[in-house]
Order: sequence, then C-alpha cells, then structure tokens
Amino acid sequence: MDIVGLFVTVFARPDLWAGTLRFAAPLTLAALGGVISERSGVVNIAMEGMMLVGAFFAVLVAAATHDIVLATLASVACGGLIATVHGIASIHLRANQIVSGMAINLLALGLTSFLMFRFYATSGTPSDIPALPDLKLPVIYGIPFVGAVIGDQNIVVWLSILAVPITWWFLFRTRLGLRIRAVGEHPRAADTLGVSVFEIRYLCVILSGLLSGLGGAYLSLSVAHSFSDNMTSGAGFIALAAMIFGKWHPVGAFLACLLFGFGQSLGINLQGTGFPDQLVAATPYVLTIVALAGFVGRAVAPAADGIPYEVGE
Amino acid sequence: MSAEAPRSPAGLPPRDGPPYLEMRGITKAFGSLLANDHVELSVRRQEIHAVVGENGAGKTTLMNILYGLVHPDAGEILFEGKPVRIRGPRDAIAAGVGMVHQHFQLVPVMTVAENVVLGQEPGGIVLDRAGSVAQVRELSERFGLIVDPTARVDTLPVGVQQRVELLKILYRGSRLLVFDEPTAVLTPQETDELFEIFRGLVAGGKTVILITHKLGEVMAISERVTVLRQGRNAAVLETARTSPAEIARAMVGREVLLRVERDEAHIGAERLRLDGVKADSDRGLPALAGVDLTVRSGEIVGIAGVSGNGQLELAEVVAGLRPVTAGHVYLEGRDVRDQSAAERRANGLAYIPEDRHTRGLILPFEVKENLILGSQSKPPFAVHGQLRWPAIDERATSLIRQFDIRPPNPDAPASSLSGGNQQKVVVARELAEGPKVLVAAEPTRGLDVGATEFIHRELVEKRDEGLAILLISSELDEIFSLSDTIAVIYQGRIVEVMPSAAASRERVGLLMAGGSVEEVTPSAAQIAQAAALQAAAAASSAQDYASREGSS
Ligand SMILES: Nc1ncnc2c1ncn2[C@@H]1O[C@H](COP(=O)(O)OP(=O)(O)OP(=O)(O)O)[C@@H](O)[C@H]1O
Ligand SMILES: [Mg+2]
Repeated sequence: MDIVGLFVTVFARPDLWAGTLRFAAPLTLAALGGVISERSGVVNIAMEGMMLVGAFFAVLVAAATHDIVLATLASVACGGLIATVHGIASIHLRANQIVSGMAINLLALGLTSFLMFRFYATSGTPSDIPALPDLKLPVIYGIPFVGAVIGDQNIVVWLSILAVPITWWFLFRTRLGLRIRAVGEHPRAADTLGVSVFEIRYLCVILSGLLSGLGGAYLSLSVAHSFSDNMTSGAGFIALAAMIFGKWHPVGAFLACLLFGFGQSLGINLQGTGFPDQLVAATPYVLTIVALAGFVGRAVAPAADGIPYEVGE
Repeated sequence: MSAEAPRSPAGLPPRDGPPYLEMRGITKAFGSLLANDHVELSVRRQEIHAVVGENGAGKTTLMNILYGLVHPDAGEILFEGKPVRIRGPRDAIAAGVGMVHQHFQLVPVMTVAENVVLGQEPGGIVLDRAGSVAQVRELSERFGLIVDPTARVDTLPVGVQQRVELLKILYRGSRLLVFDEPTAVLTPQETDELFEIFRGLVAGGKTVILITHKLGEVMAISERVTVLRQGRNAAVLETARTSPAEIARAMVGREVLLRVERDEAHIGAERLRLDGVKADSDRGLPALAGVDLTVRSGEIVGIAGVSGNGQLELAEVVAGLRPVTAGHVYLEGRDVRDQSAAERRANGLAYIPEDRHTRGLILPFEVKENLILGSQSKPPFAVHGQLRWPAIDERATSLIRQFDIRPPNPDAPASSLSGGNQQKVVVARELAEGPKVLVAAEPTRGLDVGATEFIHRELVEKRDEGLAILLISSELDEIFSLSDTIAVIYQGRIVEVMPSAAASRERVGLLMAGGSVEEVTPSAAQIAQAAALQAAAAASSAQDYASREGSS
C-alpha cells in the first residue's frame, strides 16, 4: 500500500515528466543519427564518441567566444568531422565497422580528456559560458501541470522532438530517402542504377555525426553547464540500444528513448524516498534485453548493414 | 565462317553505316587471369545478338565493362561510330544501355514501383509515390508486362521479378538491352513469353544482347552469335547459316556431344523411399501433399515439373533440411526421420542444392575449403580436431583437375569463380565421398554445354556404378536425356511415374501443367500481346524516356 502511495505521489510530479523529456532529448538525437547511418548500411556504435566530442567543443568555443550559436555550430561540426573519420574507415577502407566505431569512441575519450587537461587542468571549465536557452511558452506555461512539464523546456528538447518526424519524412518520403534505404538493403542494385553508394553512405554517417554532436552540446551547455571527463557516460550506447529497440525506425527509436528517459527521470525522482531507485533506473535496460531477446517481435537490421561495399565485385 | 556482309532480315528497315555498338580490343585482367583479352564485339541496330561461351569465358565481364561496373585495362567502346567513355553505370544509362544482370539486382523489401524508379525517381525533393506507381503501371500495361507496382518484390516469383528487371530498363528508355542468362531461372513457357517480348522490342527499334548457354535459344531468336573462348574471340556466326554443333565446337574448341550416351540401367536394391511424405513451404503452406517415390541403386529418377510445385521441398525433405509433417523417408530401408542432415550425409546421402549461393557454397571461403565442406571433421581432413591442410590440398587439386574447375587455383575464394565453375565445385564435392544416394536439384543450371555434358556423363557413370540418383530439373531436355524413370510433380503430388522409354514429351508436358488440355495454336491473347508490344516499343523510342531529367 505504501509503495503504491509513493508511486502515485511521484507520478503526479510534473518534474518526473519534464525530466523524461530532458533525458530523452540527447538520446533521441543520437539514436536518430544511428537510424540514418545504419539505414544506409553503415553500422554506427560511435555515437558515444561523437557526443563526447560535441560536448567538449561546445564548451571550448562557448568559453572562447561567449556565442551560443557559434558554440552549437562548433559542436555539430566536430561531431560531423569525427563521423567522417568513421566514414573513411568503414566506407573507403572497408574496415570492420564495429572496430572502427569502438576506435572512434576511445579516440574521443582520449582526445577530450587530453584537451580538458590541457585547457582546464586546474580550474575545471569556466562557469561563465552561455547556455542553450529554455523556451518559455506564453500561454502553455500558465496551465497547471502541463505548463510545468513542457512550458519551459530547452530549445534542444523541442529540436529533438521535431527531428523525429523530419527524419521519418526524410527517410520514407523523399527521393534521397529511398536511395538511402536501397543502399542499406542492396547496395549493388542501387549502384547498377547509377546511385553512388559511397556518396550516400558518407552523407548518412556525417548526418549521424551532426545529430550526435548537437546531443553532446545539449549535455554540456544545458544539462551540466560544464565539461567533465567522459561526461556522456554511456548515453551514446543507450541511444544505440534505443535504435535497435526501435527497429531502426525513427518513431520506434524515439519511443525507446522516451522509455529510457523516463527510467532515468524516475530514478532521480525516487531518490531520498527510501525506495531503491537504482533498481528502477535499471528497469528500462532489462526491458531492452527482454525486447532484443525477441519478445517484442524480431528486430531486423537493414540487409547490408555493416557490410562494406566493393565496386566491381 | 564469320560473315560480315550486312543483311537486312525481312520486315526490318535497312541498317547502313557503322554498327550500333562496337567494343574494340577490350582487355581486363583479374590478377594474373585474363578475363577479357582483346575482345571485339559488334552489334547492329535492332539486332538480337547472342554472346555465348563456356563458363568463365568472360561474357559477364565484357557486359559489366559495357555497363561501367568493371573498368577495362584497355579497349574502347563506340556507339554509332563515336567513342564513349563509360566510367560507371550512370554513364552507361545515359548512353542508352540497360542491363538485366545474371543475378537479379532488386531490393527485396521494396515495392516494384520503388525498384523501378530508383535512381530516376519522379518528384522534386519529395518522392512522387503516386506518380511512380502510375508511371510503372502505365509502362507495364504498354509493354504487356503484367505486374502489380505496389507488390513487395520478395513476394514475387522469379518470373515476375524478371519482368521488374525489364521494366527497370524500359523505364530508363534504354535502347540497347543486355540480358545476362535471363532464361536460366525461367520455365519454358516464361522463356517463350520473354522471347516474344524481345521480338516486339526489336521491332520497335531496340537492340538486344543475349547471353545464354542454351543453344536452342540462340538458334531460335538471335540474328548473329559472338563466341568467346577463354577470354578471346572465337567466332562471329550468322545464326541462319550455322548449327548448334558448330557453335558448340567454337565454344569448346572440340566436338561436343549434345546428347548423353546411356546404356541400359542395371537396377538394384531400393536405396531411397518416400512414403506419404508431407511438408510445408517456408511460408507455412502445404508444399508436399503425400509423396510416394522409390529410387533404386543404379537408377536415375527424374522429377519433371514446373518449378514451384514442391521440388525444392522434396529435395530438402530428403536432405534433412526440412521437417516432414507426415509420412516417412527411408534411406536404405532405415527410417531417417530423426536423423539430422549431417547424419544422413554420413550414411551416404549427397545433395546438390538448387541455389549454389545460399546453400551450396560458402562464397568467401576458398575453393579448397568448399571442396571438403561436410567432411571437414573426418580423417584424412581432420585428425584430433585439427585440419590437415596437406590432405585438403591434395583432395582439392585432384578434384579441380578431374572437374576442370577454372581457374585451377585451390586458394581462390569461391566468390571469384564464374557461376558455372562455382557449380562444378558443388558437384565435385558431392560426388567425391562416394555417396549411395544423390539428390541433384538443377545440377547444370547456368552451366555451359561442355560442362553440362561433363556433369551428365559423370552422373550416368556414377549411376552405372550403382548410385541412386533423384534428379530434379525444370529442363525437360535434361530429364529426358538422363532419367531411367520419370515422375511428374504437380502441386506437391507425384501425378504419374513412368519408365522414360515409355514417356512422351507431350504427355509429360501435359501432366506438368496439371493435366488440362493445352491449346496447340497460339492463343488470340498471345498474338494481340505481341502486336501491342511492337506498337508500344515504337512509340517509346519516339518519346524516349531517356530525356527524362536524370538523377542527382
Ligand atoms: N571480381 C573478380 N575477381 C577475380 N576474378 C574474377 C572476377 N570476376 C570474374 N573473374 C574471373 O574472370 C573470368 C571470367 O568470368 P565471367 O564471370 O566473365 O565468366 P562468364 O563467361 O560470365 O561465365 P558464366 O557462364 O559461368 O557466367 C572467370 O575465370 C572468373 O573467375
Ligand atoms: Mg556470367
């Protein structure tokens, strides 16, 4: 009875739901990036590294210029740049894409730790950096409960939500999207029709870097308002899980991100209530394993996902 | 024998000037192997030009060069006398070349319309989906290629998938249509339909290059034949003035027996028996509806039937790859219901699967590894759980020599072999361990005449040594020339079993089609379709789809 009462109280808190959206936002951006990349046939487990790089350079540029737009652009660009490295390795050099992705993650961790030490060894990142703005919605803000949940969310939260239908539309309604999916399923067929497999794959991998970089900027410039070593702490991998859980579909991946965000938010809202919040925080991941084990229908990756394309085979 | 004098077949406009397509001095090496060695090809406008040659002669390579998929080391390509540079498929498409590849190039999870328009989709940024469907529907009606534009490609039978491939190149307004072994997977009826379509297209102004191993098809439809042998030109022949025997001789460089010599069978004890066997297809529908069949030592039993009537399931049930839902399978009198595929192999069963790519070979593995698959844990190839490479090399070298697998390199990955040589690897492996029962599904699909002759002789020889062979083939010629007993399969049932000496083609053909009375004369619908095709092809070359705005 006691537990039921506790959960009723916690569920009635707008904080729980606002937190869900906040936690889900960076996951969503990275997961959408993963969806785009893998739909074109390039396995991408490097979202973690791309986010980390995005997070660091966002802070670096913010501290140097005090310009939030420049800082955000820098993080997006750096995410794209490191994604290009993954692209070169896995598209042109035909490296194993898991290994390349892992290497990117390790590289990003080492690079950001090193630069962190180099620039902010003693003091930590400066606290006077600009933040990504929250959007106070005029009327909605005044509505009880709803206002507290969505009335004052960060701009990136809205961008991440907006990115879901846009990604869906891009993949399933545009000419380019058709080509991307064809390349991910049967690159040879696309090639024989004059569609450049390499161009499409580079584009998609870089897009995944841009989105992940933005997710990173959100983590450092909005959530933490600073940078610390390995601050993504696995968010990129959770996004990866969400992508698979969501069956490589933008909407599915988004729903999975919401579930994971909810888990994190619930864990935090249960802190101090005496309830073992770690247990709750773990539930979404247990659910993922259950889902991946085949209880929610088999998840099918694009047929050519992870297979490098060789011209003139 | 090569006749260069221009000739205008009845009904076609005269064709003067330079040839429509000329490939000159085309040379391409893969490592040390010369796949094309100064190859010349000259095709006239509105010609149906056959390209033939043994497996590995370089036909597909030559066409891939024309289509920009393979870059030649030397040589030039001219259209109507003008040199054209083809750097990739985009250039080839722009030059009016369309190609139906030896292995279909379709995205299985996408619809017909999506597959057809891919790369040249209607619409701006947004894909015009209704427009694609409408255009594909209009095209399919105009050319009489009946197919539902909204169907997913992986739900379609191969014959229909081929129509989709054809629609792809018609959509692009291609004027030179290349077909790489289009009939290998077609039933005789589908082949006839395809040839009818070819005739219509050519009458409408298109030009066709046809690669095939079936000399009957060459004789039936082509105007001239270019013969390749081991990467070089062997001959250019006028079809009207040549014979299958002459073409075969040019291909192989020796006389080829187009008929198998077969002595009286010495039939022995029962080796394989099926008793009321039922099984489901992959989609869970009943595919075998109670099959009774016996194959004895020294006997070849041929299963005749239109593909898709349960042949695949029959082969897999015997091989142990598909569970039976009712009935029994006996190998040498023993019920093997509970035996795995591996156990059946150990007991003397061999299986040449229909699809060499998915079932017969591990493509990235080397030829020598593929040649011992299934025996890899037995001595002499493995001792104490470790592979013994000298023994494997020895086996590979001897099989490569015996079966004339080209190139004779045991270390080459199976994927680098031509289709026909891949098939030889499978057959060689399956016969190597001295099996007692062989299930051979389409054993010569995609093989050249020489290799077909070789495998046929090999099968007959093994049968004379007492092997029991269950032969499954959609080629009636193959069934009739090899079988001692013919069983006709229709809708998962063996409808009749007869000694081949007593069987007539007409009767077998009738039973294959479900026993209904077939019309002897072409139906009115067929004639109307041919006429519609001609008109449509003519109209389309006038409008020219190629002028459609291109991709990217
Ligand atoms: N990508 C490749 N790498 C290495 N060797 C190749 C490659 N492609 C083709 N070859 C070799 O080139 C030769 C010609 O092959 P090709 O596929 O053109 O033969 P083909 O005449 O089409 O034979 P088939 O009738 O069996 O299809 C073969 O010996 C083949 O093994
Ligand atoms: Mg070929």
